[in-house]
Amino acid sequence: MRPRWLVTAGRILTQLSHDRRTVALLLVVPALLVGLFAWLYQSDQVFQRIGPMVMALFPFILMFLVTSVATLRERRSGTLERVLTAPGSKADLICGYALAFSLVAVLQTGVTVGFSVWVCRLELAGSVLQLLGVAVVDAVLGTALGLLVSAFARTEFQAVQFLPVFVFPQIILGGVFMPRQQMPRALELISDFMPLSYAIDGVSQVAAGQGGWVVGRPLLIMAAFAVGCLVAASATLPRRTP
Amino acid sequence: MTETVQPARPPIVSVRGLKVKRGRVQVFDGLDLTVGSGRLTGLLGPSGSGKSTLIRAIVGLQRIQAGQVEVAGLPAGHPDLRHRLAYSSQADGVYLDLTVAQNVAYFTRLAGRPASEVERVIEAVDLSGQAQRLAGRLSGGQLRRVSLAVALIGAPQLIVLDEPTVGLDPVLRVRLWDLFTRLTAQGVSLIVSSHVMDEASRCDDLLLLRQGRLVAATDPVRLLAQTGQPDAERAFLELIRRDQAAAR
Ligand SMILES: Nc1ncnc2c1ncn2[C@@H]1O[C@H](COP(=O)(O)OP(=O)(O)OP(=O)(O)O)[C@@H](O)[C@H]1O
Ligand SMILES: [Mg+2]
Repeated sequence: MRPRWLVTAGRILTQLSHDRRTVALLLVVPALLVGLFAWLYQSDQVFQRIGPMVMALFPFILMFLVTSVATLRERRSGTLERVLTAPGSKADLICGYALAFSLVAVLQTGVTVGFSVWVCRLELAGSVLQLLGVAVVDAVLGTALGLLVSAFARTEFQAVQFLPVFVFPQIILGGVFMPRQQMPRALELISDFMPLSYAIDGVSQVAAGQGGWVVGRPLLIMAAFAVGCLVAASATLPRRTP
Repeated sequence: MTETVQPARPPIVSVRGLKVKRGRVQVFDGLDLTVGSGRLTGLLGPSGSGKSTLIRAIVGLQRIQAGQVEVAGLPAGHPDLRHRLAYSSQADGVYLDLTVAQNVAYFTRLAGRPASEVERVIEAVDLSGQAQRLAGRLSGGQLRRVSLAVALIGAPQLIVLDEPTVGLDPVLRVRLWDLFTRLTAQGVSLIVSSHVMDEASRCDDLLLLRQGRLVAATDPVRLLAQTGQPDAERAFLELIRRDQAAAR
C-alpha cells in the first residue's frame, strides 16, 4: 500500500495539472518579476544585491497564498470532512500538501534562477544547486505557514487578508529594504522571529558564494520553523467543528 | 408519542442525551435514539430539524456539548471506525478539478483498497460513461452519484448518506434504493436521510425528527397503521400535526 501522504500529494498535483493557467502563472510570474527588477536597476549594482533577496520572496509568498486558498476550498467544498472521516491521519494530509507544493517550488525556483542568471545577468558567486535547496526550504516554509493560518480563516476573504497580516510585515522587516543590522533595535529583534528573514539571509549568502555554517544556520532555522508550523497545523486542524 | 424499536442485534448506533449547539441554535437538547444493525434506516424530518447535525455527530465531525454517541460499540470518531464507516455529506465533497475516476481513485488509495474498486463503485452508481469527465462539468445529480460512489468504496459496516437522492430522477432513485436494499441484505447497516417521504416506504426502520426531537421511531407498516393514513407523506404530516398539538 502506498503511504497516504504520497497519495495525497499525488492528488494535489493532479488537481494542479487540470489547472494549466495556475501552473503557468506559478512558474512564469516570479521570473518575470525578477526581470522587472533587473530592468529597473539596470545601470547600477542594486540588482546584484536585491535580485537574490527577491528570489527568496516568491516561493514563500506564492506557496503561502496557494496553500491557504487550496485548504480553504477543501474545507468549504466538504472534501476535507470526507478526508477526515476516511482512513489516515491529519499528518498524512498536511505532509501531502507540503510535499506537493515543494515539488512545485523546485520547478518554480528552477525557472526563476535560470531566467535571473542567463537572461537578467545576475551574477551568482555560489552554486545554482545550493540556491535551489534554500528556495525549496523557503517554499515548504510558505506552505507550512499557509496551512497553519488557514485553519483560522472562515472565508476566502479572511484567507486573503492573512497575506498582509502574516506576510507583508516579514517582507518589510526581512532585510530587502534595509539591512536588518541597521534597523531600530526593536524591529531587528522582531525580525529575528520572522522566518522569512532567514530565507532572505540564506539566499543572499548563497548568492555571495558563502557556504558552511553561514548558509547552514539560516537554513536550519527555516527548517525548524517549517516543521513547527506543520506540527501546529496538524494539531490545530479540528476534526470536529461546531 | 415516541416508541422504541427493538432490534434483534445490538444497535449499530446508539445516541444518549445528545446536546448540540450550532452557533446560537440549540439543535439537540438531550436526544436519545438507536439505529438497528444490518437495517436500512430512514432519517426523516423537515428542513432544519437536525438530520445533518445528527449524521455529523454519528460520523464524528460534530462538536457536541454533552451526551454519548456510540458506533459499533466505539465512541463516534474513534480512529478504528474510519475503516468501518462511510459517509457522504449533503455537500458533495467531491474535487471539482479532478475527473470522476480520479476522485474515486484517491479515496480508494486512502482506504488502501485495490484499484479494481474504482470501476466497481462507478458502475454501481451508473457513471461508467462519465468516468473520465471532470467532476466540475457534471450535472447536480451526477455529482451526487460521484459522492455516493466514494461512500461505497471498500466494505464499510455502516454507510451514512445525507440526502443521497436529491436531484435524481425517479428511475435513478429507484435503482439506488434497490442498491441500498441489496447492501443491507449483505449485512451492511445504512442510515439515509431524505426529504422525499415516499422513499420512507423503502426503509426497514424510520426515525422522524422535528425541531431537534425524535417524534417517532417506527417502521413503514406501523407508521400507516398508527396514523390511519394511506401513504407515508400524509402519515408524516399527521405525526407532525399531533406533535404540534401535544406541544401546545
Ligand atoms: N454551521 C452552522 N452554524 C450554525 N447553525 C447551523 C449550522 N448548520 C446548521 N445549523 C442550524 O442547525 C439546525 C439543524 O440543521 P441541520 O442542517 O441539521 O438540519 P437538516 O435537518 O439537515 O435540514 P435540511 O433538511 O435542510 O438539510 C438548523 O436550525 C440550522 O439553522
Ligand atoms: Mg441536512
